[in-house]
Amino acid sequence: MAGVTDEELKQMTQEERVTALGMRTEQLTGKSLYVEFDPDAEERFTYPWAPDVDFNKRTELDTDKMTTTEVNSRIRELMREGYGTIVLQNPRGKHSLGVGILSKLNLIIEGSTGYFGVGLIDGPNVRITGRVGWSCAENMMAGTVVIEKNAGSTFGAAMRGGDLVCKGSVGSRTGIDQKGGTIIVGGDTGALSGFMMQRGRMVVCGNAGKNLGDSMYDGTIYVGGEIRSLGVDAVTAELTDLDKKWLKRKLTQYGLMPEKGVDHFTKVVAGKQLWNYDNLEPTEKKLIL
Amino acid sequence: MCGIAGLIHKGKSANVGSEMTAMLQALKHRGPDSTGYAVYGEPKEGEFIMRLKVAEAEDRARGHSVHKLIADRIASVDEILAEHDVTVKSKDAATEYALRYVLSDIDDTGKLAERIEETDGVEILSFGNGLELIKDLGDATVVSNQYGLNEFKGTHGIGHTRMATESDVDIKSAHPYWAFPYNDVSVVHNGQITNYWIMRRQMERKGHRFMSNCDSELLAVYTAHNLANGVSLEDSLRQSIEEIDGVFTYLVATKDQLGMAKDTMAAKPLVLYESDDLIAMASEEVAIRAILPQEIDTTDPYDEEVRVWQA
Repeated sequence: MAGVTDEELKQMTQEERVTALGMRTEQLTGKSLYVEFDPDAEERFTYPWAPDVDFNKRTELDTDKMTTTEVNSRIRELMREGYGTIVLQNPRGKHSLGVGILSKLNLIIEGSTGYFGVGLIDGPNVRITGRVGWSCAENMMAGTVVIEKNAGSTFGAAMRGGDLVCKGSVGSRTGIDQKGGTIIVGGDTGALSGFMMQRGRMVVCGNAGKNLGDSMYDGTIYVGGEIRSLGVDAVTAELTDLDKKWLKRKLTQYGLMPEKGVDHFTKVVAGKQLWNYDNLEPTEKKLIL
Repeated sequence: MCGIAGLIHKGKSANVGSEMTAMLQALKHRGPDSTGYAVYGEPKEGEFIMRLKVAEAEDRARGHSVHKLIADRIASVDEILAEHDVTVKSKDAATEYALRYVLSDIDDTGKLAERIEETDGVEILSFGNGLELIKDLGDATVVSNQYGLNEFKGTHGIGHTRMATESDVDIKSAHPYWAFPYNDVSVVHNGQITNYWIMRRQMERKGHRFMSNCDSELLAVYTAHNLANGVSLEDSLRQSIEEIDGVFTYLVATKDQLGMAKDTMAAKPLVLYESDDLIAMASEEVAIRAILPQEIDTTDPYDEEVRVWQA
């Protein structure tokens, strides 16, 4: 983003901003514009309607007798009142808790959540002391989510940015259709993890199930344990010094650094040998088929 | 998107009826059409419990004559029992069309079951020493109150909340399925079986009967066939992952065991809680939390995983 100041960016229209940032000229919206190009700008970014919260202002919410809708509405009310740290108690496996939070917030969930927990978030730091169900942090755009126990299947599906960390083991199809960001799993992951992955990084400290990285377009998967089998077009690649440095930094950050270091990790990337990577014109393909 | 649940207490009897009701009620959103239970009480030597239904939703279209039809069918069942010199220790009817018999002095339960089902409109829901299979339209609370399940004590049970997708909303398509004619074996299933018709024809050629067009019934018949041929429950579950196509997670209960199997894609959910004295599993954690409100550790079984627990 050399040569363009924040002030100048503010004056520009959306289209001008995209061009100035060196991205495609198609109309894009949202924070993803900043995430790829300037981490500092990402830090400073807030949606115009985002409530001004104070992280030192903390409150607790007993969700035992509340419905999911009531809990999520109450979180928004508390944020408007300026609370920057919200603790949810007794979630008892409720679905869709903390979804769609698009601004900065420290959300602590003391217990386990059900399906679609903290999906579609863009910015909050979430800590869950229990387990999460299927599709946790689906379509997550920014922020961090740290889960202390296990997670269900389709963990971080279609994730676009931020850090999603599960210290235990996760189910199948982890990071399916991942488009960005980082998924870190302290334990094992199930079958078809990284299926159709498009961008981003996934780290599995334990073992990976069958068909890892099946039909992945791009992105990188690092596995510390054994891989039961690689999926179609997924290939192993050399673990470079840059990879090791990045792995060390990320795993240390979340307290998941293995005792024996990161040299034993296997790196999996897209082989890009599938038909969609060839340079044939559609008419030529027809002739071949 | 059906919901399944199961629990097994190790070495002791507990309030399985109310526990299953709490779990299934928490899964109501996964299937509000019908609810079913297969719960296992203390077996009594020489005593058999037979649960059957004598009418279906379509029979109601017959108007007032349905009452006579029901009475005739029950009379026919009683006649068959008398023919076979079976002692009827008790006979209760929770609803007009659902009956529970306690029987003794039976030579061959399989043959008797086959004979009873020759009566048009009569379907045996379960037969066994400990198994009581109850299923009806409505959510768990409705069915539990209707059949007085809140007081039921036993060691283990499985249950199902059904969202009808490929067959009708009626009792014959509701789960669990009894593995006819194998005593005390029941099955609940979440998923779709894609080679249902091929497998069903194979089973029919081997002489097994199907009472509905519901793909889940195949799992009950398949399990019954394997168990009758001396295959262990665990081996039958493993074999099913190879032989049955589709997406499925299913639970099987026998007199003293509870087993689970998950397909090769792990496409259907199951959350598992294990402790020294209780094992509980359900499609969603919220069901397990309905009976265990304290903080617990749960896991997701992986693809092709098979587990069997002993009561």
